[in-house]
Amino acid sequence: MNGQARIPAVEISSRDLKHNAHNALGDTQLRGNMRKAMDSLMAKRLASMPDEYEREHLREMGNHVRARALSKLPELLERLEANLTRNGVKVHWAETVDEANAIVLQIAEARRAKQVIKGKSMVSEEMEMNHFLEGHGIEALESDMGEYIIQLDHEKPTHIIMPAIHKNARQVGSLFRDKLGIDYTEDVDALIQTGRRVLRQKFFEADIGVSGVNFAVAETGTLLLVENEGNGRMSTGVPPVHIAVTGIEKVVENLRDVVPLLSLLTRSALGQGITTYVNMISGPRQADERDGPQEVHLVLLDNGRSQAFADGELRQTLNCIRCGACMNHCPVYTRIGGQAYGTVYPGPIGKIISPHLMGLENTPDHPSASSLCGACGEVCPVKIPIPALLRRLREENVKKPDAPNPVMRGQGSKYSPRERLLWKGWRLLNTSPWLYRAFGFLATRLRGLTPGSLGPWTQNHSAPKPAARSLHELAREHLEGK
Amino acid sequence: MMSAKANILAKLRKSLEGTAPVADDYDVELVTRPWSYPAEERIPRLRQLMEAVHTETHLTSTAEWPTLLEKLLADKQLPSLLIAPATAHGAQLAAHFAGREGLPRLKAYDRPVEEWKAELFDDTPASLTGTLGAIAATGSLILWPNREEPRLMSLVPPVHFALLKASEVYDNFHEVQQKQRWDAGMPTNALLVSGPSKTADIEQVLAYGAHGPKDLVVLILEDA
Amino acid sequence: MSEPFYNAAPNATRVAPPLPEPRQYPAQKPGHAYLFGTCVLDLFFPEAGLDAIHLLKREGIQVHFPQEQSCCGQPAYTSGYTDEAREVARAQLALFAEDWPLVVPSGSCAGMIRHHYAELFKDEPATLRQVQALAARTFELAEFLLHVCKVEFKDRGEPQKVALHTSCSARREMNTHLHGRALLAQLERVERVEHDHESECCGFGGTFSVRMPDISGAMVADKTRALQDSGAAEVVSADCGCLLNINGALEKQHAPLRGQHLASFLWKRTGGAE
Repeated sequence: MNGQARIPAVEISSRDLKHNAHNALGDTQLRGNMRKAMDSLMAKRLASMPDEYEREHLREMGNHVRARALSKLPELLERLEANLTRNGVKVHWAETVDEANAIVLQIAEARRAKQVIKGKSMVSEEMEMNHFLEGHGIEALESDMGEYIIQLDHEKPTHIIMPAIHKNARQVGSLFRDKLGIDYTEDVDALIQTGRRVLRQKFFEADIGVSGVNFAVAETGTLLLVENEGNGRMSTGVPPVHIAVTGIEKVVENLRDVVPLLSLLTRSALGQGITTYVNMISGPRQADERDGPQEVHLVLLDNGRSQAFADGELRQTLNCIRCGACMNHCPVYTRIGGQAYGTVYPGPIGKIISPHLMGLENTPDHPSASSLCGACGEVCPVKIPIPALLRRLREENVKKPDAPNPVMRGQGSKYSPRERLLWKGWRLLNTSPWLYRAFGFLATRLRGLTPGSLGPWTQNHSAPKPAARSLHELAREHLEGK
Repeated sequence: MMSAKANILAKLRKSLEGTAPVADDYDVELVTRPWSYPAEERIPRLRQLMEAVHTETHLTSTAEWPTLLEKLLADKQLPSLLIAPATAHGAQLAAHFAGREGLPRLKAYDRPVEEWKAELFDDTPASLTGTLGAIAATGSLILWPNREEPRLMSLVPPVHFALLKASEVYDNFHEVQQKQRWDAGMPTNALLVSGPSKTADIEQVLAYGAHGPKDLVVLILEDA
Repeated sequence: MSEPFYNAAPNATRVAPPLPEPRQYPAQKPGHAYLFGTCVLDLFFPEAGLDAIHLLKREGIQVHFPQEQSCCGQPAYTSGYTDEAREVARAQLALFAEDWPLVVPSGSCAGMIRHHYAELFKDEPATLRQVQALAARTFELAEFLLHVCKVEFKDRGEPQKVALHTSCSARREMNTHLHGRALLAQLERVERVEHDHESECCGFGGTFSVRMPDISGAMVADKTRALQDSGAAEVVSADCGCLLNINGALEKQHAPLRGQHLASFLWKRTGGAE
């Protein structure tokens, strides 16, 4: 940003989830910030959806709208492309993030671009676009306030909607003082005005604006973006080139399909009836217009989504409209924060999508990092059955790595012959009544021998001692007089 | 070598082999009934929602609004105002200001932005645009930027004045799309604007005036 | 409780199951019922199972406890060992053949039978029908007492503050929190107090508590703190997994508070013999 060498963001690996979680759990500042923030977001959501009938029926409608789109995805993608192209937008397809980055670079080099300003885009985080562009001598600056803050601090976002939610005002005040040389202040208005001032110049100068897409409408060839700050409108309206990047699953069939999804998105995410701006882009500047980008590009990225799509059950993962409600309600996410996951998308949605984007071999513990409490599934605006999908991923994770017809890249990443044997033993025990009752007899009669330390259980609990007699015994005595 | 497009579509098609599309059971009632209001409630609701997010609203008339605007400009000490003289309201304001001294300078967005970008960013404190109506359910203005009132007009100047006709206040977004026939063709850029810009990215404390306008002032023409 | 996707092609795009109707309960109290003890209760809280039997018998119901029963299969199911879970589930199916209600003193196990057994047998049409019939007559204990037995409890205890913790699957799959609250509300000298973040998970999650002990430990620490801070003298829960988790943590903290099963609390309060 000011010519200094970049310090790479601290690499937090997705393969170290347990270790990362352990560290995060010890960070009382983080835990306090997160608890307060998530409680507030949960309350806001509920306050914006007070009518249970409307809320539950609208969630069902959201589910149906997304399912309908997915059930026709290839056709809708082609229709989207045809209409966007007719409108003057250039559509590009990329199977991998490398391909997507190459497309962006090609566009930038054709324009001899030196500065890119970014509206919010999680897909661009999948691409690690900023890092890639900087490697080619092109500056990429985040303009969303939360993203700007964490970019200043060389961090990764902790939440898909509010990337700096793990920070409090004091921390931001110190950061701005250290990195921007302004006087220390905790006054949020003052901090925001600093950001506004710095970034306004960047909007003015940038050669290219990059954005994500909330919904891509096939019927009219329209890209719909929501935001509160105005940086999205700036990034997509001021620079001469606009590049939108999105996943292949973000298409909806008709313009009217946006109505329920928009309402679900803004209320589920932030408890707002609507965002300050809903920005619908259908083409580049026309011949008679006086502003707007001369070139608009859309990059459609797969990056593992087609793997989720291939399985009827896992396809539901792609319903997601990226609201963040799941992580706001997750007791695990609240306690470990977003960075511990080491994935672009944290929280419950992160646990079910990242194995497709990155391979189960890179996210082996993610499906198990959940008590399956179901708080996420209860609030998902498009009714993704998140606990069921986590369970399904666990099933894929413990298969033999070379089991035929693999559904997932990295199948069997937690395959353990020992654990497999343990569960076979458990099955034997529970399908053999005499064995089960014999086990019960031994466990109760030998309860005095229960060891004091039982591995991970006794980390948080005293060793559980069986009762003196099992219910089987008590019931037989009581009901049959034996 | 197949293209990325061909590969992706082939994979998706293969995954859907033997399946039928999910039926379209779009429930219009659900997105309209909870968001429908008696006529006399529309504007009060609109104003309430807008004012809750720091929008300034005024009730006025087609004859009176230029006088009201003149007063607001003076109150806010705005030295200039960007307008579209080729529009009816732009012309009306220009006529109201014509030949009078001591009024804010009227500027026109009458050339491509490249020709005056620095001035737009650094020396254009306020703008006036029309609207295509508003949505009572969410407290939102509808804007379709065009040649005369380009998109940056309602974005870059820190103060945005918007003219809204009372007869163009709709109940909900579905109704707007229907009545204004959005599916017949979308403009380059269509916008719903629901207040001045804001962010809650720092500790969820709401701060107004992020990157878009810090102030949004809506003049509601009751007789239009 | 329909599962429309069972009959569609396996790669069909799924929509969410329809919004559930409120459950219709039998108009008459049955003369017979099965009790499914559940494996955790069997070994660690057997007295709660006996208290459940007492409560049902007092309503004039003859309780049947097939000795061959073991586990509902949930631990393997949630761990991804679906085949093993299926075989254990299959072994339970055969034991509850009569058209009597199946009463389960654990919300998570009741939910497993009522909602998840059908997924286990989705590829076996004949067994699936048997499973669906069983699911339709599976009740969590509090639900059964309230809506089928239509109990009207008389409180014989001293004034007391009580906190109710409901397991997540019980809450979300079986509405157990509502049933538990209603039963406690019948006891006039019992004051139910809320605890902080009451609907939040206690951190058990079956094998989650041993696979992710750090995260689980943080969750149970918060839950036990909240229960202790609630001012309740008693903690009750209708789920033994949660009780095992919460009590084990309280004991390790050397805290005096302990949770007990809702069945035991209700039986004692309404004058059942100790």
